[in-house]
Amino acid sequence: MEGILRAEAAARHRTALSALAVVVVCLAALGLTGFFDAQRFAEGIPALVQLTDEMIPPDFTRWRFWLRPLLDTLAMSIAGTALAVVLSLPLALLAAPNISPHPLLLAAARMLLSALRSVPEIIMGIIFVAAVGFGALPGVLALALHSVGMVGKFYAEAIEHADPMPIEAARAAGASPLQVVTHAVLPQVLPQLADVTIYRWEYHFRASAVLGIVGAGGIGFELIAALRLIDYAQVSAILLAILACVVVVDALGSALRKRLK
Amino acid sequence: MPEHALRIADVAVTYPNGTVALQPTRLDIAAGAFTVLLGPSGAGKSTLLRSMNGLVRPTQGQVLTAEGTPILRALRAHRARTGMVFQQHQLIGRLTALGNVMTGRLGYHSGLRSLWPLSRAEKRLALEALDRVGLLDRALHRADQLSGGQQQRVGIARALAQQPRLILADEPVASLDPATAARVLELLHGICIADGISAVVSLHQIEFARRFADRIIGLAGGEVVFDGPPTALDDDAIARIYGAAALSPQAPEEIFA
Repeated sequence: MEGILRAEAAARHRTALSALAVVVVCLAALGLTGFFDAQRFAEGIPALVQLTDEMIPPDFTRWRFWLRPLLDTLAMSIAGTALAVVLSLPLALLAAPNISPHPLLLAAARMLLSALRSVPEIIMGIIFVAAVGFGALPGVLALALHSVGMVGKFYAEAIEHADPMPIEAARAAGASPLQVVTHAVLPQVLPQLADVTIYRWEYHFRASAVLGIVGAGGIGFELIAALRLIDYAQVSAILLAILACVVVVDALGSALRKRLK
Repeated sequence: MPEHALRIADVAVTYPNGTVALQPTRLDIAAGAFTVLLGPSGAGKSTLLRSMNGLVRPTQGQVLTAEGTPILRALRAHRARTGMVFQQHQLIGRLTALGNVMTGRLGYHSGLRSLWPLSRAEKRLALEALDRVGLLDRALHRADQLSGGQQQRVGIARALAQQPRLILADEPVASLDPATAARVLELLHGICIADGISAVVSLHQIEFARRFADRIIGLAGGEVVFDGPPTALDDDAIARIYGAAALSPQAPEEIFA
């Protein structure tokens, strides 16, 4: 009995110690990034107040000029998602250990996915703007390529966790490896794949607004233009317009995902 | 018609972890007969059965078709006309009963062709298979909404949709209650006899084996320890298959459960 109590106390101490360690690491990170510099805050707060003051009231007078960029941003998010799905699916099949035809292909596919994942889309945006010029196209390419890394990984995980038993049944009925994928794996995991895809589309809308900043088209382009003109009333109006669209897109996305359940 | 549906030619299976699942075994599976593999868990029933359609690759010996071709040489064609019924049904829960039954037709089509819907004639074939197991009215229900016994009948319909010459059934009733198990086995047995389909069915229940088998192959420790008609399955044979303890009256439920 005493032994059990001692073990219980020791477990509690270990938990407390790990919690303390997490707190120490967080405080150190805040310190390193200058969070505890009270003077900068003291100087910064009046500037923030002034900026906020300039942002209010938002200036919506140019709203007609934002419709096309907003539509571009929406198109970028959809096109980027479509491209990401088409590229992700084959890579995910190679990166799922239960389907991948060879361990070397598995390793190569996984490496490619994490490489794509590790290049932020803003960097891809800069590269593609340099390659194909300003506009929505570099934005779409940047979104798609970065997302392949993410979407492909999630797809591969869903495929990996597909029930192996119907897969064996399809093999036993003489299904070819391709048929096993199309008739035993995909029917099982389709809801998960659709879920990941729609979630990614919601994310793409927000991300494509940011991509405009590096010249990759859409509403972000208008945002950076207003910022350069130091026209904060217009900046806040554009931000509100983006927010409204994000709310609509997210609501659409979650409605779609609910229907798939 | 040849005498045998399959020839097991000195097949032995050792798994990569070193477990000897099946000692070298030589058997002819009679055409048109209902053959039961009987034995406790781990006796090698599943391994022997799965070697018959290449789901398990023998480490030694080979399995030959009625024509004498090794099954691994034309595996897809052999699997297409060999139906398999599994202990856990192995259906796709999200698909309808009909959708699951139609996967039985995959072996007859190329990968590209199977991306398009099946022909009307083949859908009709799948529906007829469902009708034979008494589930025509459930054709468009999701498989995961059916009861255990119904799911297993869909599993049988999937095998029938293959228009098989041979059906392999791996413990097809082990996860069903006794009454349902008897009905499902009766159905499977009746269809195989009526259509002249050869059947190899693994079971662990002595009573079911006695009732349905034309021939019983008893396995223990990866070895065939009995081979004969049900009438020859005496106490001595049961002791060889299940060990002497199986005959003690104190623990009958362990064998019959």
